[in-house]
Amino acid sequence: MNYVNVDYSTKIPNNVNLVEDRQVLKALEGWHPGYLDWWQDMGPEGFQESLVYLRTAVSVDPKGWAKFDYVRMPEYRWGVLLAPQEEGRQVNFGEHKGEKAWQEVPGEYRAMLRRLIVIQGDTEPASVEQQRHLGKTAPSLYDMRNLFQVNVEEGRHLWAMVYLLQKYFGRDGREEADELLRRRSGDPDSPRMLGAFNEKTPDWLSFFMFTYFTDRDGKMQLEALAQSGFDPLSRSCRFMLTEEAHHMFVGETGVGRVLQRTCEAMKAAGIEDPNEIEKVRALGVIDLPTVQKKLNMHYSLTLDLFGSEISTNAANFYNAGLKGRFQETKIDDDHRLTNATYPVAKLVDGKIKMVDEPALTALNMRLRDDYSEDCAKGVERWNKVIEKVGVNFRLDLPHTAFHRQIGEFRNIEASPKGEILSDSEWSKQRDNFLPSASDGDFINSLMQPEAEAGKYAGWIAPPRVGIDNKPGDFEYVKIEHS
Amino acid sequence: MNAPVGELLKQHLIDPEICIRCNTCEETCPVDAVTHDGNNYVVDASICNHCMDCIPPCPTGSIDNWRVVNSPYSLEEQFSWSELPPQQEMQAASSGAVEAIESEIDSLLEEARKGLGGKPVAPHSASKPTVNLYNRNKPLTATVTGNFRLTHADADADVRHIILDFGDQPFPVLEGQSIGVVAPGTTADGKPHNVRLYSVASSRDGEKPNAHNLALTVKREPGGVCSNYLCDLPRGAKVEITGPFGATFLHPNDPAANIIMICTGTGSAPFRGFTERRRRAMPDAPGRLLLFFGARRPEELPYFGPLQKVPEKLLGKYFCYSRVSGQPRTYVQDRLRSEAATVAALMKDPRTHIYICGLKGMETGVDEAFADVCRGAGIEWAPLKSAMREDGRYHVETY
Repeated sequence: MNYVNVDYSTKIPNNVNLVEDRQVLKALEGWHPGYLDWWQDMGPEGFQESLVYLRTAVSVDPKGWAKFDYVRMPEYRWGVLLAPQEEGRQVNFGEHKGEKAWQEVPGEYRAMLRRLIVIQGDTEPASVEQQRHLGKTAPSLYDMRNLFQVNVEEGRHLWAMVYLLQKYFGRDGREEADELLRRRSGDPDSPRMLGAFNEKTPDWLSFFMFTYFTDRDGKMQLEALAQSGFDPLSRSCRFMLTEEAHHMFVGETGVGRVLQRTCEAMKAAGIEDPNEIEKVRALGVIDLPTVQKKLNMHYSLTLDLFGSEISTNAANFYNAGLKGRFQETKIDDDHRLTNATYPVAKLVDGKIKMVDEPALTALNMRLRDDYSEDCAKGVERWNKVIEKVGVNFRLDLPHTAFHRQIGEFRNIEASPKGEILSDSEWSKQRDNFLPSASDGDFINSLMQPEAEAGKYAGWIAPPRVGIDNKPGDFEYVKIEHS
Repeated sequence: MNAPVGELLKQHLIDPEICIRCNTCEETCPVDAVTHDGNNYVVDASICNHCMDCIPPCPTGSIDNWRVVNSPYSLEEQFSWSELPPQQEMQAASSGAVEAIESEIDSLLEEARKGLGGKPVAPHSASKPTVNLYNRNKPLTATVTGNFRLTHADADADVRHIILDFGDQPFPVLEGQSIGVVAPGTTADGKPHNVRLYSVASSRDGEKPNAHNLALTVKREPGGVCSNYLCDLPRGAKVEITGPFGATFLHPNDPAANIIMICTGTGSAPFRGFTERRRRAMPDAPGRLLLFFGARRPEELPYFGPLQKVPEKLLGKYFCYSRVSGQPRTYVQDRLRSEAATVAALMKDPRTHIYICGLKGMETGVDEAFADVCRGAGIEWAPLKSAMREDGRYHVETY
């Protein structure tokens, strides 16, 4: 059996030899119609018949996983693809460090592992649901195509998690797989599991911010799970990471192109002060302070996804060898952390202070700090875009204590600079920190679709390079097609 | 290890302005040549072996950048960049667009482009080509799905149209690019055979739109190992290919571009691709397409039948036969002269591109004909030629 090339002989493309794994194949085939129903109900609205220039993996080796062609989204070949198995891979951290990596679920960790997989799996369909209305207001066919690429790959990530559930967790796993299709983003009765995945994605700037900040949390979680001693989970996440990179790309370049356009329009109109919001908005572009407010919101919502500062769950996952740190094998320490400490920002006597905590229970914070560092680098790139055009403005990540719903700072209000504010001060200032209703209305007024190949809405610059090296006027989505 | 280009090195670099630091390349690289600091992802020139594994997975395209250098940029230099340095002017002729990574291919292409008289430059409006996706160590296995004789049964020359199918494997190719074929087996002294380059005769989206195959035009050479191997392949046979190669002899995407194509024999292959591209992608293009095609007799002119069906509006055809009994011998240079008015008018248009492909022997005659045509129109050919070349509008590929 060739584990690199994908088997198309079954209904479900895969490189896990499903054809000889009848029971799992049957379970997946049973789940498949429900998935397609979910995609029809909750996937991109209004474009199910369009031909979209999408990337499909035909194998998991570097040469084969990026094959581009026109596809109708419901006919996308969602499949089960795992990175190739590494000979002699070990558990690389925790109590079991040095043991052979597990090919089956260790009985004692069954419940823990299932929970990890379900939480990860639940985020995948959630973002498709959040983004389902965006196609109608796409600023170009290029952006529309990128949105749909993100959507079908989130769909494939759901498949990856569902395969693990059905293959390794028996009836419990099958029930969890069905639940993943039943919950709905923002549904008051059966919401998605994590807060940020129940928020709306009302406009394209939100979408870019979401793919930049929230999908980057996904990247960090996948990185941590790719370290797992449970080898099928590790292999699954490793391949998902290569796809996730496209989502980071959409977010970073999307926001960068918004900034580019705004700054160029300001320069052309001779506006020097970025805070002349009404003048800037009159040019039909998004003013920079509003971009900062959007950034504040998405970053702070995403910090909540990392959970509480101090978490025994995180310590247990690590000890058990199930979820590691970001790039665990590249860290130079004992990979057990029994006596190590880690500095964590906490609220002490009404002040924000750094406190040394046992490294094991502070693992969420370590991952979050790695995340923040990763975010900050992209923000610096955005600042370079602004600087290059010659506008005097800087974007910054807000303080950890700003606008938090989970953890140490949930009961206080803090400014983006980290000053603790009274309730009345917060109410006064809130609309300077976070997008107001009128900010949202303004952005929405710009969300007019541009569906002519090679054209871009006025609030966003064209990309510097096309997808798959395509020329500028390439028709990335053939909308009317029956 | 670097691919030597004469005395120079071809260095793989990542564009820091486009890169989003997603780590995919570092994860993918089988020899750990990619590394990063807090600022940039970079390629260690002392480790990179140009296997190209990192190219397709990159979500941004930033990974596909190359510079020909005297000595490679260090990691520290690369870490400090906020944008890529421009390509430095090099002494050698090979400092243009990167046509191929392997030196054996590079030297073949360099040889084919000698007639240019300078550095080859791609047309401004050409699509960005993918180069060297597959190489000798990692060839792609294609399947022969067609092999037809193009020349008449009683013609001396056996020129064949061979269709290679890639199945599900990626092989992005542009009109004007070539692929490499190494015949199986070894030479008498036990070495593997030399690679042979063949121009692709179909357009980028295949023989039929989205067929994911390509066509070659191959002439059986007496005693030729590779051409006989290819010409004898039955349908269903597997063949190992490398490439694609070539980054300058490319179809201009600008519909307003006029294209003068001059060829003999199998040199028609890229022009079949060009014509097909125009027909499919821009049938109403305002730019003119002219084909000067030389052969001994109509029976020996590849694609003679199909060419008759291409409307003159799409393609102006000028066939030149040198061995038709009872008729004077006509070569492509003769037709260029007799069509001087049409040709000269186009030469004055800055949107006109000239492509020459065929046997080395045709170069001089064609060059002299252009000089004559220009002289008659009051233009100096030598400076125009070099200006057109520098502008990506003059291309030669001869063998």
